[in-house]
Amino acid sequence: MSTLMSGAKMLLECLVREGVDCIFGYPGGVTLPLYDVLYEHHVRHVLVRHEENAAFAAEGYARTTGRVGVCCATSGPGATNLTTGLVDAMMDSIPIVAITGQVTSKLIGSDAFQEADTFGITRPCTKHNFLVKKIDDLAQAIHEAFYIAASGRPGPVLVDVTKDALQAQGHYQPVTSIHLPGYKVFTEGHTGQIRRAVQMVQESERPLVYAGGGIIAAGAAAELREFVERTDSPAVNTLMGLGALPSEHPNFISMPGMHGSYAANMAMTNADLLIALGVRFDDRVTGRLAAFAPHAKVIHVDIDPAEIGKNRAPDVPIVGDVKRVLAKINKLLADDKTVVPAAARQEWWRQIREWKEQHPLQAVTSETEIKPQHLMAEIDRLSKGQAIVTSDVGQHQMWAAQLIRFAEPRLWLSSGGLGSMGFGLPAAIGAQFARPDKLVFAVVGDGGFQMSIPELATVVGYGLPVKIICMNNGYLGMVRQWQTLFYNDRLSSVELDCFPDAEKLAAAYGFKGRTIDKPWELGPALEEAVKEPGPYLLNVKVTPFECVYPMVPAGSAIYEMVLGPPQPVEVP
Amino acid sequence: MMQIISLLLENKPGAMMRVAGVLGQRGYNIESLTVARTLDPEVSRMTIAVDVETAQRQQVIKQMNKLINVLQATDLTELPNVVRELVLVRIRVPQESRQAVLKEAEIFGGRVVDSSTEGFVIEVTADPEKLGEFIDVMGSYGEIEVARSGALVIALEAKRLKLQPPVPTKKLEEVY
Repeated sequence: MSTLMSGAKMLLECLVREGVDCIFGYPGGVTLPLYDVLYEHHVRHVLVRHEENAAFAAEGYARTTGRVGVCCATSGPGATNLTTGLVDAMMDSIPIVAITGQVTSKLIGSDAFQEADTFGITRPCTKHNFLVKKIDDLAQAIHEAFYIAASGRPGPVLVDVTKDALQAQGHYQPVTSIHLPGYKVFTEGHTGQIRRAVQMVQESERPLVYAGGGIIAAGAAAELREFVERTDSPAVNTLMGLGALPSEHPNFISMPGMHGSYAANMAMTNADLLIALGVRFDDRVTGRLAAFAPHAKVIHVDIDPAEIGKNRAPDVPIVGDVKRVLAKINKLLADDKTVVPAAARQEWWRQIREWKEQHPLQAVTSETEIKPQHLMAEIDRLSKGQAIVTSDVGQHQMWAAQLIRFAEPRLWLSSGGLGSMGFGLPAAIGAQFARPDKLVFAVVGDGGFQMSIPELATVVGYGLPVKIICMNNGYLGMVRQWQTLFYNDRLSSVELDCFPDAEKLAAAYGFKGRTIDKPWELGPALEEAVKEPGPYLLNVKVTPFECVYPMVPAGSAIYEMVLGPPQPVEVP
Repeated sequence: MMQIISLLLENKPGAMMRVAGVLGQRGYNIESLTVARTLDPEVSRMTIAVDVETAQRQQVIKQMNKLINVLQATDLTELPNVVRELVLVRIRVPQESRQAVLKEAEIFGGRVVDSSTEGFVIEVTADPEKLGEFIDVMGSYGEIEVARSGALVIALEAKRLKLQPPVPTKKLEEVY
């Protein structure tokens, strides 16, 4: 068999070699050669309706499987439309490879039709990017792209391929090694630091495990669980880390931070040892840094050396793969004979239980209207910790994170670092392709839903049984909440009027949709949605002026939480 | 005082932009930047003088080391080093000041690289502070145009360059 083939064919061969089975994309002029090869190829191409959603779908696929998600767009506007998805993947450390077409090499820089400086525009929002002008460079670039995306701290990589490179003929030589002299991945932690960490854990009186997305990226859920159980430490999971420890685990407190629970924030504040595993001390979690965990020594394990010491100087920094580091720590703990301060630990647990009882995360309900918290509790009831739940961005995202439980990692998909609206539905599409066996809920707000309406065509076209649950309060909820709390209730441009009739909208696309607004309809409607063999759009009209509590106002310390709405002042 | 960063990076298109981007995206003003090939044609050395507050300097170095094209980024500000910069000054001098200007150039160890009825072009190599003084002195004699090269720094102690070896493809299967 001849190895002589077009660049387009070679690109597909490279993708097959990387184990790609699914590409989310949208064709265009310069990618015609590629799409011609895709026409009868076994690699599946999923046609979205907006390139931004191709990137989000690739993320949904990657977040669900842990493998590299792939998206494809044409030059110019196609590539620029991917940008939000790339920044999102960068912020949340999600491995995706974006393949974009570029105009013919000799036209670059001449403002050709559909030309954009994709290489320049995506430089700050990718882990690395490539511009391939010659077919001979193609195989190496693709192989390096996948390696960079998946290794170390995962992230997005873009490969921009010119039209003439796709059309050229060349001999395909599978790449047998990668040489990136400047790319160092630190996997093993420093042995001495690991020993110090173990000693500190054993001696601490009020330890707290602070675990996040890094645990999930490393596939370290089992090691985390063993660590938590061996040390009997309480644990919090960040937004990106939900599911790292099963939500039902007795040591799991909940999510900390701006909309975290009272108990989680009080535990963070009063701990004497913070064991930070795969987290980055993000401002949403820490609140005012100077007041964050003031009494705690910090052990910080992360694969990215730039995160260590960025926001908080650790007492024991450990640069390494958290899975390997935890395995070593667990081994040392198993043999460790140190006597832990049992009495102090018991007191710590008693205190935490007290905080949990004082201000638990409540599923508020009402007799007359559907409370958003009630909606999340009902989704939780049907999910039983097993469903894949994607969310969009805003109030619904926070309530979903607070009230929906997850038995394992990679069930909760949410745009954390960037907070990009319009993420929920396309991510659910990617997730459903990755796990056709799973029940997938796309929990969105009326704002984010309207940003992704074009993808209803994708959902129906591919027969994806995604359950779209729209928490509809008629407003851009989170922005409205801030305007209510900090801008004297001056609700500027947050009313989302003219929402389409859900039943008619779904019917227009050829699937089932329904609107409900009474609390007794909630359970049966959700059950109907789940039972429906195909996709379902459930528009749930909820109380419009509910605020997410607890809330840590911007600039405050995390113990300065607002726990509920301001009480009316009694006039004597 | 400026942070002086010395980098070794791959001699590839866009590599320089990536490094400058790390600084630009954080709004740091680059005072000067030089880059040129080293003994290895695939490797360039880059020297940057940038206005970064002390608290952020270590983070800047770490972010640069994260870049795939960067082989080694070092903060040379506090380490023993030699800093040099070259300047070419074109000065317009009236007849009566010509001798004085030549004398000043001699004091700074400068060389006259061009001479005409209009004036001179003088080349001086020195540390950037001395260069600044030279420019001020020249400016006092007549109309000048200045072209500075930007600071070049070399550390007095060698730092071992640790390059990553090639990774065979079979090992990559462990990554995914």
